[in-house]
Amino acid sequence: MTVQLLQGNRACALGALAAGCRFFAGYPITPSSEIAEIMARELPKLGGKFIQMEDEIASIAAIIGASVGGLKVMTATSGPGFSLMQENIGYAVVAEVPCVVINVMRGGPSTGLPTSPAQGDVMQARWGTHGDHPIIALAPATVLETFELTLAAFNFAEKFRTPVLVLMDEIVGHMREKVALPEVGVSQIVNREMPTVPPEWYEPFGNPPSDVPPLAPFGEGYRYHITGLLHDVRGFPTSRLDEIQPWIDRVFRKIDNNRDEICMWDEDGIDDARVLLVAYGSTARSARQALKLARARYGRKVGLLRLKTLWPFPEEAVERAAENAQRVVVAEMNLGQIALEVERLVGRSKVLRVGRADGQMVTPEQILDAMRASPEQFTRRATPARVQREG
Amino acid sequence: METQRQEARRDLEDRYEVRLAGEGGQGMILAGVILAEAAAVHDDLNAVQTQSYGPEARGGASRSEVVIARGEIDYPKVMSADFLLCMSQEACDKFYTQVKEDGWILVDSGHVSRMPSHRALRVAVSQIAEEATGRRITASMVGLGLIGGLSGVVSRAALEKAVADRVPAGTEEINLKALAAGFAEAERIRRARDRDF
Repeated sequence: MTVQLLQGNRACALGALAAGCRFFAGYPITPSSEIAEIMARELPKLGGKFIQMEDEIASIAAIIGASVGGLKVMTATSGPGFSLMQENIGYAVVAEVPCVVINVMRGGPSTGLPTSPAQGDVMQARWGTHGDHPIIALAPATVLETFELTLAAFNFAEKFRTPVLVLMDEIVGHMREKVALPEVGVSQIVNREMPTVPPEWYEPFGNPPSDVPPLAPFGEGYRYHITGLLHDVRGFPTSRLDEIQPWIDRVFRKIDNNRDEICMWDEDGIDDARVLLVAYGSTARSARQALKLARARYGRKVGLLRLKTLWPFPEEAVERAAENAQRVVVAEMNLGQIALEVERLVGRSKVLRVGRADGQMVTPEQILDAMRASPEQFTRRATPARVQREG
Repeated sequence: METQRQEARRDLEDRYEVRLAGEGGQGMILAGVILAEAAAVHDDLNAVQTQSYGPEARGGASRSEVVIARGEIDYPKVMSADFLLCMSQEACDKFYTQVKEDGWILVDSGHVSRMPSHRALRVAVSQIAEEATGRRITASMVGLGLIGGLSGVVSRAALEKAVADRVPAGTEEINLKALAAGFAEAERIRRARDRDF
């Protein structure tokens, strides 16, 4: 374990390589480009493949194909590219193809603020592709955690045969921080389950007790059909209710029944907190600073719930943390996305949103202001116009 | 509760915040990376470095922020700088208010004509670079030498190692020369100050 000054995007690439990623297809875009650069340099040394595609639609199509070919795969992008990938993210959900999509979030909508941070793609991650579907999305706050959660993303993708999204932001992506990367042992790496039955018995979309059917790589004698249409256990399109419903139930169940494993968060001083802060990604660092300022200046009892998993939403953690709090402040670099989830769980009247979408970090002072506001001033939405300019 | 409060206070006092602000191409981001690496890798402190720049391929405002501490670092940006290095008038006008009362404001006289405040220290950073190495591009290294020499937040040996590791291969010598010139200028400023008081 050597100590080094490491950038978030590099930690992401190293996490992917440690997880066993051997195929990357992408189209470089600020602020994620370093990930593609590093994968281009490192993958060939490990016998892996890097392809720069013509756009992001092709990028995700390529990784889905490579995954079905048996490799662990990833692509990395930012908002505009993430928009283009939405259709095929749905395809990967329906075809149950393990893949990891990194979105280093920048200011949007459209090409927006290419070099500035944002957390505006949280709801897009949940509902960007059409149709009802479960999804997993993780949000790291530090360089070390970027390494860890990228590794976790691969493990979830392989274990649950699903696309996993990692929502970084420009701050976490470009930030350099002191880290000592851990050695990743074989026991920490999950590989997809392979069929043990002969090819003629193989059901690529069957109903095993785990709810995750084994995935045979193409080209090894297991012939089966893959489609974005809803399909039967062998992969062929169907409109029979007795085949559709079990499939939908299983695809939701494989995520829902494993929420305990998938939902990750950490807590700081929430037991006796009168004010609870909820934050994620780089904004959680602002929130933790605000917590320290509040304790140092006023001795206030403030707690922080920092979400590492955004989807599925860690409902139990939020409910429990907010139980004794009089006020819940949700800080994020958007104008209220995760706040919607928190409001749904703890009630609108208790929640104050602190957000901004102007390409700047939420500052600790901005969060402190919200914590100090008396109930009468409490407008539920901290207006970005009031925010002091930070340059 | 009281211990929680004391802990929080210690934590805040522990932070040393540096902002290096200028224009794209001046090496502000590289200088920030070197400063952070000197602290984190060679001086066994903790450090976080972030950057802000525009979408332009060249030019435009560019800055790097480095927070150095013994303990954990939460907010990665400058809240109130302990050291502000300004390599452009724009940077100077924009950031001089966000400096601690006893913080340093150092401006490059080669790029800044209107001084932001009587507290600001005017140093011919670019000129020193030119004289030391013949290349103005090494001004950022002179700036690093000044930061190291005046603040003492990182050691000279650590900065030298970090410069040698991070600058493009083949330019180590001139960059180290520029760094040394910065340290020499810092020493001169210190002596002049001691005389004044």
